[in-house]
Parts: sequence; structure tokens; C-alpha cells
Amino acid sequence: MQVQSYFSSLDNIDGELATLNLGPTHPATHGIFQNVLKMDGEKIVSGEPTIGYIHRAFEKLAERRPYNQITPITDRLNYCSSPINNMGWHMTVEKLIGCELPKRAQYMRIIIMELSRIADHLVCNSVIGVDTGALTGFTYMFQERERIYDLFEEVCGSRLTTNIGRIGGMERDFTPAFHAKLKDFLKTFPPRFEEFCGLLERNRIFMDRCIGAGPITAEMAMAYGFTGPNLRAAGVDYDVRVMSPYSSYEDFDFIIPVGVNGDTYDRFMVRQEEIRQSLKIINDAYNNLPEGPYHADVPEFYLPDKPDVYTKMEALIYHFKVVMQETPIPVGEVYHCVEGGNGELGFYLISDGGRTPYRLHFRRPCFIYYQAYPEMIKGAMLSDAILTMSSMNVIAGELDA
Amino acid sequence: MESEQILGRLAETMPGAVTAHDTAMDGILNIHTTREQLYPLLQTLRDDAQLGFNFLTSLCAIHYPENAGQELGMIYHLHNWTKNVRIRVKIYFPKEDAHVPTICTLWPSANWQERQEYDFFGVVFTGHPDLRRILNVDDMDVFPMRKEYRLEDGTRTDKDDRFFGRDGHEGRSFD
Repeated sequence: MQVQSYFSSLDNIDGELATLNLGPTHPATHGIFQNVLKMDGEKIVSGEPTIGYIHRAFEKLAERRPYNQITPITDRLNYCSSPINNMGWHMTVEKLIGCELPKRAQYMRIIIMELSRIADHLVCNSVIGVDTGALTGFTYMFQERERIYDLFEEVCGSRLTTNIGRIGGMERDFTPAFHAKLKDFLKTFPPRFEEFCGLLERNRIFMDRCIGAGPITAEMAMAYGFTGPNLRAAGVDYDVRVMSPYSSYEDFDFIIPVGVNGDTYDRFMVRQEEIRQSLKIINDAYNNLPEGPYHADVPEFYLPDKPDVYTKMEALIYHFKVVMQETPIPVGEVYHCVEGGNGELGFYLISDGGRTPYRLHFRRPCFIYYQAYPEMIKGAMLSDAILTMSSMNVIAGELDA
Repeated sequence: MESEQILGRLAETMPGAVTAHDTAMDGILNIHTTREQLYPLLQTLRDDAQLGFNFLTSLCAIHYPENAGQELGMIYHLHNWTKNVRIRVKIYFPKEDAHVPTICTLWPSANWQERQEYDFFGVVFTGHPDLRRILNVDDMDVFPMRKEYRLEDGTRTDKDDRFFGRDGHEGRSFD
């Protein structure tokens, strides 16, 4: 409102407004979504986002898929941090079937989830750098992200759309190669990350571009359903890992960084600090990794060892039942949320006892907070709008589901 | 804040608004209400100092074709951040009269979420400032998440849902 009145007091530059189509495919949007902007010179009068360009009907698909086949769908929500989505989904089903995981499995999940949070934030933050004209940090940080993907590859065989873990635990234990690569990562990543910090955090040009770009107040952020780093940048310390701990997050001591102004710089700095906190959590979890099984004893949902299938009757029966989805599912409804890369990623699952969910609703943080974008860029320069968008880390996959 | 406290406070401030309640298996209190009471109830839940459900986590529609006269429903998830309590508010209404008051004025975050549920279930949110389809194409003339459309080849017999707690919607004939 204030911005609007400020703006309307200015004279039009050449007496007419122009309509600018930003997207659907535009290098600066980092994804497929369109903004129809009304421009007065280089100032934005109003913006109208249209989304849905990569809508893939996940909620409908999920109603026709057995529980273990929904995991690959969740990969494609926020594809920068697929493992968090996968595990959020697994935990939802585990809540429904009442399955408690052994500590080792929970700690293994935490290590994977925090690695993917680092990967997610690295992409977002280095892209903020790119959009302010600093490509170098991006090229360095993408190498680090590749190393995180190497770690995922050791755990599940794939890199981007991971399908990592299973209902009831992890699909396999950490391999020796994973241990070696993780130790190497934990040793060599922090100094390289600090180099990246040194490039940007106190960089005069970067700060001038970011400070004050696309600010949002804490009240507005809450009203618009912000969660995750974008909300914390506005000064609200809401973090699902602390509010409703899952997967033994209550065992770990970490700080929730918060910002003050809710602008691009605060969002950048909150993510920077979250990367450091994630590293701390990974170190703690890895150094205290409990011994024991890496999955719970839920043969109705967790596939038996393949050699057992060939030699043991019981394993063969369960293998058949899991593959053919012939397991009775409890009737009921559960809501489970995890702290995704972008905030509270919620799964609202309604089961009627059938082999597929009766209804599965995804609370996608991107979809909810992106609607504040026109408000945030009103009266701003076009280049600030681009920066604001990349600092909100809008991921088209999560936006459109 | 216990469920009894929430229900007691609601009985004080809005007598008769809660038509039924239960606790879901995840421990979240479900309260059912009517369409007429929905908006004032949500407003009370948000604004009452003792209740304080300040955050709209999500809202979603649901379709139960077998419930005659109550086919469609809306489910709202609210969250009290200071006391860390969640609550679900549910309403059901007939498919032929799929109107629900918008809650955009309470939480701006409901805007796109309501558009999404309109898009997929055809729930019309009265008073919504901009009720258009959001994820599907504009000229689509069906509401695809309603359980009205056959999804797989109807001759397929290897997955007989009648043995798995489900002999209704998915297995019924569409003609």
C-alpha cells in the first residue's frame, strides 16, 4: 500500500505503460513460469504471475498409485532437494501404519536430508550471485553440489530424482565408498564454502544490489503463508525441525538463523547460515551414528533381502505382497510435515483402507508463498524483481506439482 | 492447549458452531462445522486470544461420491505457532451446490489455494477476488480431481480393489 502511493506520486517516464512478458521460458526465471508485468519504464507497476506450465497432476496420480510408488512422484516436487520430499513421504506413511524407525535409520535420514538442504541452498544462493553478476561463485558451488550428488548416488544409485530410502527405513546401509566420500566432503567443503562466503557476503556490489530488494514484513510473510528460509529472513523463527521434530531432530543442537528486513540479502544470509548449521547437524549425526539395523521390522512394507526371497518361504510371501500391494492399510488420516528446502512441506494423507491413498494433498511451500511475489515487486526495478524471484527459490516442480 | 480447552472455548464464543469433533490418528483435533458457520468459526480460531490459530497451513477439497448430499468437502489445517497446536476444520456440502465462502480476507495465502481447489474440484468460493483456474488450462471443462472419471483400462482384472477395503468409487462402472 505504501509502495503503491509512493509510486503513484512519480511521473510516468514517457507517459505510457508497457506490458512485458517475463517468461514462460526466460533464462532469468530459472524455471517455467510466466509473469505479465506492467512496466513504467524500468519500474514495475503490477505483475500477474501465471503458473501451471509443468503441472503433472501429482495429487491425481497419487490416488492411483500404491504407497511405495508415490515416492518417485515426490522426487519431482522440489527437485533441488528430492531426498527431503522422499523421506517426508515415507514418514507420512510410517505415521499412518504406526512404524517406529531404529535410531540408526533416523540418523541416516538426517544426514541425507541435511546434505540435500545444503545442495538446495547452494543452488539458490549461488544463483542469487549469478543474478547480481557474480558467476564465479556459482561455478565453484556447483562442483560442491555435484559432490553431494555423488553421495546420493552411493546411497540410492541416482543423483537428482533420488527415490532414496524406503517406507520403513533406508534401502541399504551406507557403503564404504559413501563413508569415504562423506568424510572427505565434511573436511573439504567448509573451507571451499567459506571462499564462496568471502566472495559475496561482504561484497560491496552484491550488498548494494541485495539489501532492500523485495522486502516483506513478518506480518505479511505469515499472512501469505511463508515458511522456511523466506519466513525466517523476515524475522520469524518458525522451523518444522524444532516445532514438530521428526526423525530424531530433537537430539541435535542447532541454531535457527533469522533475518530482520525480509529482503533478498536476509534471505541469502539465512540460507548461508543454514548451510553451516546443516553441516553441524551432519557432523553430529555422523559422529554419533548409532549401530543397529538401518530399517524397521515392517515386512508388509519393506522388501526382504533378495537372497531370502529365493530361499525362504516367508520372505517370498512378503516380497509378493509388497510388489503386488496386497497389504491391508489402516483407515485414517494423517498430516505430516518436514522442513523442506523452501519451508513446511506437508503431506495430508487420507486412507480408506485401499491400496492407494484416497486423497493425498501436498502442502507445497513454493506454491503458497509465490503468490506474494507481485506484492513484493510492486514499484521495484525489473532487475530487482529478478533478484527477488531467485532469492525466493521458487522451484517450478514444487510450484506446479 | 488440550482439545477440551479448544472445544470449551469454542462452545463459549460460538455456541453450536462445532457440529461434531474427533481426534485423528495423528493426534490432530478435527472439528466439523457448517458452511454458514465456517467463516466466523475460522475468524474466531484466528483472532480469539485464547485460541490463536494464527497460521493457515493448507486447505484442500475432497470428494466422496457415495455420501449423498455431502459429496464435496473442504478441509482447513490451522496451526497455532505460539502453543504449537494444529487443528483441522471440515465442512461437507452437496455437489450441486458447491459454494463455500472464501477465506482470502482472513489469510491472503488462501487465494491461490482456493483457486487450486476450484480448478480441481469445482468448489466455488464466493467472494473470491479472482476465481480462475490456476494449474490447468483455462478452457478445461471438467474438474479432474473429482472421483468421476475412469482412470485405467476398465477390463483390467489383476487389481481387484474389492478385496482391499474398497468396492466403491474406483471399481464402479462409468457409463
